[in-house]
Amino acid sequence: MWRDAALVAGRDLRVELRSRVTTNQVAPFSLLVLVLFAFALDPDRQLLERLASGLYWTAVLFAALLAISRSAAIDETDGVRDALRLSGLDPAGVFVGKAAAVAVVLLALELLLGVGVVVLYGVELAGAGLVVVAGLAATVAVAATGTLYGALVSGLRVRETLLPLLLLPVLAPVLIGATRAFEAALAGVPADGWPWCGLLAGLAVLYAVAGALAYGTLLEGS
Amino acid sequence: MIAMTHAGYIAAGWGGAAVLIGAYAAWVLRRGRALSRQVPPEERRWS
Amino acid sequence: MTSPTSTTVTGAPGADGHAADTPRAVAGRGAPGHTGSRASRVLGILALGSIALLVLYGLVWSPADAEMADSVRLMYIHVPAASFMYAGCFITTIASAMWLRRRTPGWDALAGASAEVALVFTAITLGTGSLWGRPTWGTYWTWDARLTSTALLATLLVGYLALRRLDVDPTARSTRAAVLGLLLVPNVIIVNRSVEWWRSLHQRSTLVKLDPTIEGQMLVALMVGFLAVGLVFTWLLVHRFRVAWLEYQSERLDLDLALAERRAEAGHHTDVEAPA
Repeated sequence: MWRDAALVAGRDLRVELRSRVTTNQVAPFSLLVLVLFAFALDPDRQLLERLASGLYWTAVLFAALLAISRSAAIDETDGVRDALRLSGLDPAGVFVGKAAAVAVVLLALELLLGVGVVVLYGVELAGAGLVVVAGLAATVAVAATGTLYGALVSGLRVRETLLPLLLLPVLAPVLIGATRAFEAALAGVPADGWPWCGLLAGLAVLYAVAGALAYGTLLEGS
Repeated sequence: MIAMTHAGYIAAGWGGAAVLIGAYAAWVLRRGRALSRQVPPEERRWS
Repeated sequence: MTSPTSTTVTGAPGADGHAADTPRAVAGRGAPGHTGSRASRVLGILALGSIALLVLYGLVWSPADAEMADSVRLMYIHVPAASFMYAGCFITTIASAMWLRRRTPGWDALAGASAEVALVFTAITLGTGSLWGRPTWGTYWTWDARLTSTALLATLLVGYLALRRLDVDPTARSTRAAVLGLLLVPNVIIVNRSVEWWRSLHQRSTLVKLDPTIEGQMLVALMVGFLAVGLVFTWLLVHRFRVAWLEYQSERLDLDLALAERRAEAGHHTDVEAPA
């Protein structure tokens, strides 16, 4: 399973690197979202700094939608789904591989957005340990959930519009948990944030297991 | 009704629920009649 | 809310030539052209009777609450509707699991029917909840944990139904809908718990007294509410399930019809060979 996962993750990342859509479009878009928040809110009254955690994770979710949609699109072209089905690769491995590739892309985007938030919103970093752990757990949760729901909408004409409708309500708990954890870390009270970190880790495990179990059915059935 | 506090809210709540259920039930029944015409009786085993 | 494939080809003139290939008989003899049966009619009469009883108990015979005054009367609809909204989600998840095991169209139809009825009851829950909140809390909407998670539940159901309504290969659609339906109840639980946790940090005391002890005539009214709403829910589910079953059959027949037409067309062009 893990070998299959590595194969699929490598393929997805190579496709992503060669197409340059993430670097040329998704990354600039996510920075643009940060700027739009500044237009929508008042940048002068330290509002942005106070809301930074929530705005950061909202921007991450928007960028994640695009990354997940791209990941689902890879398997749509020229019977790739059939090839995956017939290849003898373990479906759980395919799921883990795709989720891992999404997670890598997301981590890169999160780093970029992190720098953006620090520079644009004047956030002072604190509680590095909590930030890193919560960020990783939330990333895995988003990647696992997103890959599962991406498979649900993959190949449909309405993929781009249906994915947010299906995915965002399910990711609401991740947004809540990640935002609270980051707020606690930035406010210098990491003890408040670790329980939320537990929630994020639980969600990550839960959706990863659900996706690994369901992926075979989704590959077979469509 | 006889003198009741919040009469407007209660009327809106009960009335809205009744209208919604009624409209949905009517839609389901109408759709059932329309589709029944297309499906042969041996696939409608409840009747 | 119409499924695009099934309604269009209703006894089209072109179908006449292939009547032998496709069992598309005109309804009429014997079987009634609707989704009713004797059982569902009895159920419907019971539902109407219990609604009348609910109106009497809920609006006339039960007293006003000491704290909430008459706005408590909204609760006799709100609380049962919320319960059956969850029941509908539960049925959808069970039916989805059963479909994944058995792959019979009935379970798929039940999952879809139940989700749609559940959405109607979610709308009633949100509507009566807001109308109750306005006089009680002074606002139609507050970021109360239950209100927020119910709104998210509504979006989960809307998304599920949107996936079901797509005009794609029926088997693929059923598979995807079943996986999504299987995740419905776990998602509802996760969303409810996390939203509850999120809100409890901010406001602990203000909205706790949501459930004052209900007794006497008010308890009877609430019980009658559960009875009436439950009967209405069951009646709607039975009829919606039959409609879903008809949709499935109609879609299947349309497919047969299209295949027969295609075959006839092919036979027409190469009319040396007899059509298979």
